[in-house]
Amino acid sequence: MSSTLSKIEKRTAYTLLLPAICLIFAIILFPIFANIWISFKEVGLKDIRIPEPRAKKIVRNIQDKNSELKIIYKLRNSSLIQDIREVRFSDKYPKNIKPINLDNRCEFKSKKIKCFFGDWEAGYRENFEIIVKDTSNNAINSQNIKSIKPNLYGKSDNILLTTDFTLQNFKNVFLNNNFFELLMTTFYFTFFGTLGAILLGIFAAQLVNQKFYGRSFMRSILLFPYVGPVVALAYTWTLLLDPNSGTINSLLVSYGIIEKPINLLGQKYLIFSILGFELKLRLALTTVIFFEIWRYFPLAFLFILARLQAIPKDLYEAADVDGAGPFRKFFYITLPQITAILSILFMIRFIWNFNKFEDIFLLTGGASGTLTLPISVYQQGFAVSNIGMGSAVSIVIVLLLITFMIIYFKLIGKKANEV
Amino acid sequence: MKYKSLIITLFGSSIFLATIICIWKIMATLQGLSFTDLNFNFSLLLSLGLTIISILIGNKLNHLLKIFILSLLFTILYTFISESSPLWFSVGIFLLALFFTDRLKKYDFKYLNQDFISEKIVFEFLSLFAIVFFALVILFPFYIMFVTSFKTQTALLINPLDLSIDFSKDIFEIFKSYFVIFKTYDFGRYILTSSYVSIGTVLITLFFAIPAAYAVARLNFFGKTFLSTSILIIYMFPAIVLVIPLYTVFSQLGLRNSIEGLLIVYTATTLPVAIYMLQGYFRSIPKEIEEAGLIDGQNWFGIIIKIIIPLSLPAIASVSLYVFMIAWNEFLFSLMFLDNPKTFTLSRAINHLTGDAETPRQYLMAGSVIVTLPILLIFVYFEKYLVSGLTAGSVKG
Repeated sequence: MSSTLSKIEKRTAYTLLLPAICLIFAIILFPIFANIWISFKEVGLKDIRIPEPRAKKIVRNIQDKNSELKIIYKLRNSSLIQDIREVRFSDKYPKNIKPINLDNRCEFKSKKIKCFFGDWEAGYRENFEIIVKDTSNNAINSQNIKSIKPNLYGKSDNILLTTDFTLQNFKNVFLNNNFFELLMTTFYFTFFGTLGAILLGIFAAQLVNQKFYGRSFMRSILLFPYVGPVVALAYTWTLLLDPNSGTINSLLVSYGIIEKPINLLGQKYLIFSILGFELKLRLALTTVIFFEIWRYFPLAFLFILARLQAIPKDLYEAADVDGAGPFRKFFYITLPQITAILSILFMIRFIWNFNKFEDIFLLTGGASGTLTLPISVYQQGFAVSNIGMGSAVSIVIVLLLITFMIIYFKLIGKKANEV
Repeated sequence: MKYKSLIITLFGSSIFLATIICIWKIMATLQGLSFTDLNFNFSLLLSLGLTIISILIGNKLNHLLKIFILSLLFTILYTFISESSPLWFSVGIFLLALFFTDRLKKYDFKYLNQDFISEKIVFEFLSLFAIVFFALVILFPFYIMFVTSFKTQTALLINPLDLSIDFSKDIFEIFKSYFVIFKTYDFGRYILTSSYVSIGTVLITLFFAIPAAYAVARLNFFGKTFLSTSILIIYMFPAIVLVIPLYTVFSQLGLRNSIEGLLIVYTATTLPVAIYMLQGYFRSIPKEIEEAGLIDGQNWFGIIIKIIIPLSLPAIASVSLYVFMIAWNEFLFSLMFLDNPKTFTLSRAINHLTGDAETPRQYLMAGSVIVTLPILLIFVYFEKYLVSGLTAGSVKG
C-alpha cells in the first residue's frame, strides 16, 4: 500500500474511533480520576450546587391607577453557605412602558432595565420593587409583563475547583474501627458468592449437556434469574423471605419445621450448636450470598456449557470402551478440560462480585452485617451526604480492583487468549 | 443378580417420588389447602413399595395397563391414609405416579444386571433430582411474583399461603393491582420512559460502536493494540466508582433528572462491550469483499454502510438485544440521577414504591411483573441472539 493510502487509512481510523473514545473517556475514565481529586476534599452533598442569584417576579396592580403597575422582584442567593460576587440583573419591558422610581443601582435603556447589585452574602434576600407606567396612559396588560423572565448573572467559587486539600477523608476511612470488618464482609460476600455460582454453574451445565426431554426449555429458564431485572427479583425475594407473612417462613411454620419465623434478611447472627460447639453464622450475609449465587450462576453456566460442548466426543467414547462410569468421566475427562475456563471465570466473577451494589442495596440496604465496600460508597456519599468520604472509599475499591487485575493478567492473562 | 444396583435403584427412585410428592403438596398448600404435615416418611415407604412391585412385575403385563393400575393403587392408598384433600390434589398425585412408573420401565432385571451399571443409575437419579431442583429454585420466585400480583391485601393478611387466583370474580377485580398501578402510580409513563431510554441507548451505542469496531478490526493505526486492550480494562471498572463524580458533574450541568443524562451514561457504559463484540465479528468477514468494494470506488463509509452492516446483521442483533437488556434492567444510575417522579424509569419507579412502607405488596409485585415480562418475552423469543450476546458480555454483570 502506498504511503498516502496508509495516511488516509490512519486518518479514517481516528475519525471513526474519536466519538466513541471521547464518550468513554468523559464518562468512565474521567470520573475515575475525578474521584482522586474529590477524595482529598471536604465536600458535602449540599456544597456541590453552584450558588445562583435568583429572582421571582410578582406583578401587582395599583389601586385607581390603570396605567401603573408595581413589580416586585424577590431576589435571593440560592446558596446558604456561599457568597456570590458582582451580581448583574436585567429585565425587558414591553413597548411604551417605563419605570418611574428607578433605583440608583439600575439604569433603563431602550426597553431594558439593567442593575448592578454588587456582592450577595450566603442566604441573601431582598424584595426589589419597581413601579412602571405606560407612557401613553393606557391600561397595562400585567400578563405581558409577567411572561418575560428576568436574567441574573453572578460569580461564585465552585467548591470542587478550589485547591484546598485535606487527608481527613482517608484518615476517617482507614482509622475507622469498622474498616477491617467492612473489608472482611466484602471478601466473604465476593468469595463465597463466586464459588457458589461456579459450582452451581458446573452442575447446571453438566445437566443440560445431557439429552433429556425438555432440555431446551431447561436451558432457557436457567438464564431467567440473570435476564430478569434486579429490582423485581430482589423485591420478590424480600417478599418470599419476609418474617411476618413471607411465603417461605409461613410454609416452614405451618409444616412445623421451625417454631418461630426466622428473619433471614434482618438478623445478623444465627447461633446454633453442633457437638457442643457454639457456632455463629452470619445469617443476613449468608442469605444475600445465596441470592447472589442464584442470580449469577447462569453466567457461569453459559460459559461452562459452551466449553463442555467443545470437548471432543471421542474422549468419552474411549472412556465408554474402558467401562468408566459417569462420575469417573466427569473427574478424569470433563474437569481437566474445563479448569482453564473455570479459573478465568473465577477471576472475572470475583472482580464483578466485588463491585456488586444493587443486590445488597435492594435486599438489606447494608444493614445487619451486610455492609460491603460498594454499599459504603453510597452510604457515605448520599446517606451521610459526605461526597469526599464516598470518593475516598471509591479510591479504595479502585486500588483493590487494580491489584486483582494485575494478579489476573499475571496468572492467567496468557491462558485467556488461548481459550 | 447385582444387588448393589437394585438397592441403589430402590432408594433413588423412592426418594425421588417422595420428594416430588412433597413439592406437589407444598404447591397445593399455596393454592389454599391447609396441610400440617409433609408425611415424607409415609410417602417414602409407599414409593418404595411401588418401585418394588413395578420391578417385580417387569414385562409380564402390558406396560400401559401396568402403570395405570399401579398408579391408581398408589393414589388410592395415599389419599386414604393422608389428610383429606380435594379431587384435583389426588389427580395430581396420580399423574406424578404415572410419570414415575413410566420412567421405571427401563429398570428391569436385565438392565440392572449389566456391568458397571450402579454408577450410571446414581447419575441418572441425580440428574432427575437436578432437573427438579433447578426448575423449582428458578421458577418458584417468578411464580410467587406473578400470583401475588392478583391477590388483595385482606386476602393476603388472612392467609399468606393462599395464593390461588379467584376466577369467579370479574376481570376488573382480578386485575385490580394493574389498574391501580397504571392509574394512581402512573406506570404508563414509566413504561414509555424505560422503552425510550433503552431503545435510545441501543441506537446511539450502535451509531458509535459500528465505526469504532470497524476501525479496530480492519484499519492499521498507531496505538491499536493498546486501545483495544484498554477498552476492555476500562470495561472492568464498575458503575459504583463512577457514580460520585458523575453525580457532582451532572448536578452542576443540570443533567440530573433528565433522560439525556441517562442516555449518555448508559451509552458510555455499554460502548466498550459493544465495540469488543462487533470487532470480533467484523474480523470474520472476508477481506476480499471489502477490497472489491474499494476497487468499485467506495470510500470507508460506503464500505461500512453497504458491505459491513448488511453482512453482520446477526452480530448487530446480538449487541442490540444485550444493550437493550442492560439499559432496561439498569438500576444504580437511575437511582442516583432521577429523583423527580416525572423522569423515573420502571426500575426506579418500583424502588420508589417501596419507599412508602404502606404500599401493598400486590402493587409492588404487579410493578415487578410489568418490568420483568417484556424482557423475559424478548429473551425467550430471541434466545439465540441474546445468548451469544450474554456469553460475550458476561465478563460484566
